[in-house]
Amino acid sequence: MNSMPRLFVGIFVVFIFAWVGLVATPYLQLGNMQPEVDPDTGAQLPPVPSGLAAHGSKVYASMGCVYCHSQQVRPEEAGADLARGWGARRTVPRDYIREKPVYLGTMRTGPDLTNIGARQPSANWHYQHLYNPQMVRGSIMPPFRFLFENRKIVGEPSPEALEIPGVAVVPGYEIVPTQDARALVAYLLSLNRNYSLKEAPVD
Amino acid sequence: MSAIAEPPSSIHAPVPDSAVGQIASRAMIDASTRLPVLLFFGAALFWLLAGSLFGFVASWKLHSPLFLADWSWLTFGRIRSAHLNAMAYGWASQAAIGVGIWLMARLCRAPLKSAPVLMIATGLWNLGVAIGISGILAGDSQSIEWLEFPAYATPLLFLAYGLIAIWAVIMFASRQVGHVYVSQWYLLAAFFWFPWLYGTANILIQGIGVNGVALGAVNWWFGHNVLGLWFTPIGLAAAYYFIPKVIGRPVHSYYLSALGFWSLALFYSWNGMHHLIGGPFPVWLVTASIVASIMMTIPVVTTAINHHMTMRGHFHMLGLSPTLRFVVFGAMSYTVVSLQGVSMAFRSWNKLTHFTHYTVAHAHLGLYAFFTMIMFGSMYYIVPRLTQCEWRSPRLIKLHFWLSAYGIIAMFGVLSIAGLAQGAWLNDPQIEFIKTVQVTIPYLMARSLSGVALTGAHFIFAIHFGLMLLRLGRTGPEPTYFENKRHDGGAVEGGQ
Ligand code: HEM
Ligand code: HEM
Repeated sequence: MNSMPRLFVGIFVVFIFAWVGLVATPYLQLGNMQPEVDPDTGAQLPPVPSGLAAHGSKVYASMGCVYCHSQQVRPEEAGADLARGWGARRTVPRDYIREKPVYLGTMRTGPDLTNIGARQPSANWHYQHLYNPQMVRGSIMPPFRFLFENRKIVGEPSPEALEIPGVAVVPGYEIVPTQDARALVAYLLSLNRNYSLKEAPVD
Repeated sequence: MSAIAEPPSSIHAPVPDSAVGQIASRAMIDASTRLPVLLFFGAALFWLLAGSLFGFVASWKLHSPLFLADWSWLTFGRIRSAHLNAMAYGWASQAAIGVGIWLMARLCRAPLKSAPVLMIATGLWNLGVAIGISGILAGDSQSIEWLEFPAYATPLLFLAYGLIAIWAVIMFASRQVGHVYVSQWYLLAAFFWFPWLYGTANILIQGIGVNGVALGAVNWWFGHNVLGLWFTPIGLAAAYYFIPKVIGRPVHSYYLSALGFWSLALFYSWNGMHHLIGGPFPVWLVTASIVASIMMTIPVVTTAINHHMTMRGHFHMLGLSPTLRFVVFGAMSYTVVSLQGVSMAFRSWNKLTHFTHYTVAHAHLGLYAFFTMIMFGSMYYIVPRLTQCEWRSPRLIKLHFWLSAYGIIAMFGVLSIAGLAQGAWLNDPQIEFIKTVQVTIPYLMARSLSGVALTGAHFIFAIHFGLMLLRLGRTGPEPTYFENKRHDGGAVEGGQ
């Protein structure tokens, strides 16, 4: 192999071959998928997230939640995801059409969050948990106290002030979520892919 | 000697030219690479130290979540990404570029031209890495694994790399006629593949705005190819150069070299989707990558045989040459990590290991025990030729080697066990999830300790390197060996 053109063409061709296979083809096959529309109500599946939840998805990216939490439910033969109650069905490409970035994840230091909004529908629980994850005994999730404000009560206490089990609030002070925390919790509550799709019915 | 079986044009060990004139021109070629290569090495070591500290903080947080918990920029998700990116783009890539430039000039037998262009590239690259990591810590991560750098940092890296790639092609085109050595194939391919990979991935994600699972496919096409078509070829290019060079005999077989190279290019590029096994993807896509992963056995075994047969009868020299010891450790780890990787691509085994610390163990076996160790070995060879003095202390080198070697073996061991326990329990729905967390904690603590050993090794190496830059190395006719005596049996031809 002493000829530069031959070497170069080889290097080029193998690369483009794989690029067509692994990038271009999936993009053509999956990149333009449309939501499923319910013929009776006209509602779209997957549903369009609220503006606050969309902002929360950015907070999820910023905090790097994906490095510990996946968002994919594998079919029965590929793991115990369904048996653990992480979803009513496996997830399919259509579930993710609105997502960028897509938080499929490759690590389960923490549990899967595909359907956390269905499993844990209480906003208050999420606030408490983000502030003090160790309320789940033995959890190693980092606390996100910096997403909350610990402030002096002026006038009436805020209706959003949190009571956090195991955390004593100084009298005259209150802990309230910041806008980022509200958005993040709205996002978590929006995570519910237990609706039925044609290619993945819930039965 | 089995090398006889080769075609004559392939007396292609980079060794035999021992004529005085040749040595003089080799010194001249080395000198022409001095500034850019030392700049890349120095910057790489800076990021190695920074990345080690990031890694240590991330590791500690995994078993002690209240550690440094009140600063958003140090939260696990950010410091872990800072670690990965400091190691991948700050350390590993710059070590690769430095070694690649030096090898390219040597193998083309031509002095390096346009050093200032390469130095501008160093500047742009490091600016890009610094801005990218600050961006991650400040909360601007794209949250796409291996592509975390925010959109305002990536053009700098791309520009820097573009300069380097163009330089490499020009360098290659201006080479002295003669045989093109196997290392050059790998170098040329890697220097060409990486900018294409990085450019395409960023354009698809930021420009065209690919989303949904197609984005997942782009993500892992890129993530895998950074490993397989950038770090791996450079690591192999260095192994193919330094093993024959130090022991002073040609590579065992030309045909195996060629087979190894083309099968790697063909199969590795198809591997990406094995990171997504079980995920929401068409079956054909994942299966294609699983098949390609299994086919990787061909280049891996071929390369292993080729290196082993080259080394045969010379293993005693591992006690002598620091370069050889690091590079052979790396080359052997390449075989191990790759065969392990093949096993992890089988659906049945992946079901146990996916989503666990077992993957993280594999990741460090690949990037550290294979790639980083080969880079260390290469730098032990190259740096004295650029600074014109020899490494100060064989004991420091020895300490570096053993801290790195034991450190990575320990890290790999504890994370693998943790991962298997975690995976087995994750697959048993009767076991509460939190138990899968608790079972890993003692091992995660042990990993933090192994991280201390590795970080120590890196500081030792950086100090030794600093002494060389200050020309405080030994002067003397002999390279620094582990033992003072030169082994009388084998000629240590290339030095070290
Ligand atoms: C200095 C000692 C080191 C320590 C303490 C350390 C620690 C860590 C930790 C805690 C993680 C996160 C794992 C997780 O998310 O569960 C990680 C990931 C990673 N580290 Fe290191 N690391 C070290 C050295 C290195 C080096 C030298 C490299 C590369 C040259 C490297 C490359 C990586 C990569 C690629 C990942 C991502 C793994 C994955 O996604 O599976 N690390 N490391
Ligand atoms: C034949 C060779 C190889 C094969 C078939 C292979 C296979 C795999 C597989 C299947 C995974 C995904 C594990 C999972 O998520 O369940 C993986 C992850 C990984 N491999 Fe390999 N591997 C090979 C060689 C290497 C080498 C040589 C390196 C380093 C240079 C390496 C570095 C990594 C890293 C860093 C990851 C973690 C990626 C992440 O999650 O961030 N592998 N490998």
